[in-house]
Amino acid sequence: MAKMIVAVIEQRDGKIKKAGYEAASTAAALASKLGCPVAALIPASTVENPEKIANYGISDIKILNASAFANYSQSGYAGAIVDQVNAMGADVLVFANTAMGKDLAPFVAAKLNAGVVADATHIDDEGGKLTAIRPIFAGKALQKVVPTSEIKVFSLRPNVFPLVESSVAPAVTTIPIDSPDLSSAAVEIKKAGEKLDVAEADIVVSGGRGLKDAEQFRLIEELAAVLGGAVGASRAVVDAGWRPHSEQVGQTGKTVTPSLYIACGISGAIQHLAGMTSSKYIVAINKDKDAPIFSIADYGITGDVFEVLPPLIEELKKVVSH
Amino acid sequence: MKIAVCVSNVPDTATKIKIAAGGKEIDKTGVTFIVNPYDEFAIEEAVKTKEKFGGETVVISVGDDPNKEIMRKALAMGIDSGVLLKTSETLDSNGVATLLAEEIKSGDYDIVFMGKQSVDFDSSTTGQLTAQKAGFNCVSVCVSLEFDGNNITAEREIEGGREVVKTTLPAVITAQKGLNEPRYPNLKGIMEAKRKPLAEKPLSAPAPLVEVVELSLPPAKAAGKILGSDASAVPELVRLLREEAKVI
Repeated sequence: MAKMIVAVIEQRDGKIKKAGYEAASTAAALASKLGCPVAALIPASTVENPEKIANYGISDIKILNASAFANYSQSGYAGAIVDQVNAMGADVLVFANTAMGKDLAPFVAAKLNAGVVADATHIDDEGGKLTAIRPIFAGKALQKVVPTSEIKVFSLRPNVFPLVESSVAPAVTTIPIDSPDLSSAAVEIKKAGEKLDVAEADIVVSGGRGLKDAEQFRLIEELAAVLGGAVGASRAVVDAGWRPHSEQVGQTGKTVTPSLYIACGISGAIQHLAGMTSSKYIVAINKDKDAPIFSIADYGITGDVFEVLPPLIEELKKVVSH
Repeated sequence: MKIAVCVSNVPDTATKIKIAAGGKEIDKTGVTFIVNPYDEFAIEEAVKTKEKFGGETVVISVGDDPNKEIMRKALAMGIDSGVLLKTSETLDSNGVATLLAEEIKSGDYDIVFMGKQSVDFDSSTTGQLTAQKAGFNCVSVCVSLEFDGNNITAEREIEGGREVVKTTLPAVITAQKGLNEPRYPNLKGIMEAKRKPLAEKPLSAPAPLVEVVELSLPPAKAAGKILGSDASAVPELVRLLREEAKVI
């Protein structure tokens, strides 16, 4: 039912992203279950340690190489991937649903007349059909889908699929891509500081209106810093201009799946809950004991954030080292 | 410039989702439908682009009669006319993109705006699929956009920053919050919208490439432990995070 599975691996600045290894590990597990070959494609100008992909079960590692690929190019990357997929006869493609993968996977799918299943949280073979589950309505419902096209494209929600170590011998080849199509290409990245993005963080500390004003968000920043996590925000405080939209968690912001989500002064509007319910552990600190956030929190403190956060920060400083 | 904006109607974000009989769709009983929130940024950018460069703006939507209501909102915000690509069938992203791409190609558009994702099915794929099918360039999740003749410099949101992308018209741009501040339709706009042309084109749905097998609700999360009502609960919280959850 599958001829060959390909994982498309994302790198930024030559470094392979964790979500890229997740795509590799998931593709390898599927291939081993279906008994078909598997390969990894990395569009890049340079990649550090591409052989590490073999730790997750893929031996055949191909670098689609062009100097212009130092930056992301939707047209360039898509063209190189599609040519290689056609040359290899691959019929299942696995991407990571990162900013890059979200942009690239559907563009590649359209070129291959493939059905695309975006933001999957589960993929398996069910009765001979590759079946995926994807959250919709920001996680308020789960859709089980089957792509019916000959070629099938999946993109995986980051931080959900396990990294399974399964070492094979790496065989890295570099395929030069001559004159890539750069009709759409990134020329520069403007970093918003060295801050960890809320969608990529393993620990998220979010603040809401309970913080009273923008200045008090320093408590959230401090707690996030102690835990090595990222700062998140509710829609109310983003709309109030206290925090940038890039930190907004919820239905019109980002959907996050960290190991630990700490909601401070957030009541838990349905739109916010939708964006963070699938976090592994949820802590809520809110003085309103009837706040909806407590209905999904693993651990709750029904107290004032201004009283609870300073001792929590001090206590954590004593025990956390990173 | 000939400018299109594509809009989708979605359940209000406050909607509590219920599954309809048949188990593949949501129960629409009592659900209020709104303009997809990200499409409002797309509508605003279309209107602004016309104000700056002149030309014509058209709102396009795929769906049935209820879509006309959200299209009227776009007309009230300043879009010139509308085309409803009419079908009563439920389409997958590929189906929507196929119909949009055909309309866009035949309408000789220079630029197409739409929201970066619809907040119902959350695929974030329709813009890129439409662009590829129409042979247009594409910038998704756009937060800043500038034109210099046919050249486009756009910024798209990525993890931890923004990526500056250069491309050319014709192009599909998918809008992210931050691109602009959508205007509220004023009374004059709302009155004018009633008289603006809104054409309907009945179309048959393309076969889906992705089939929905089942829709379900996520397992309800059990409410956890309330550890206390003040700072005295802090040591217990830290202990549980370390020893039970093992997340720190």
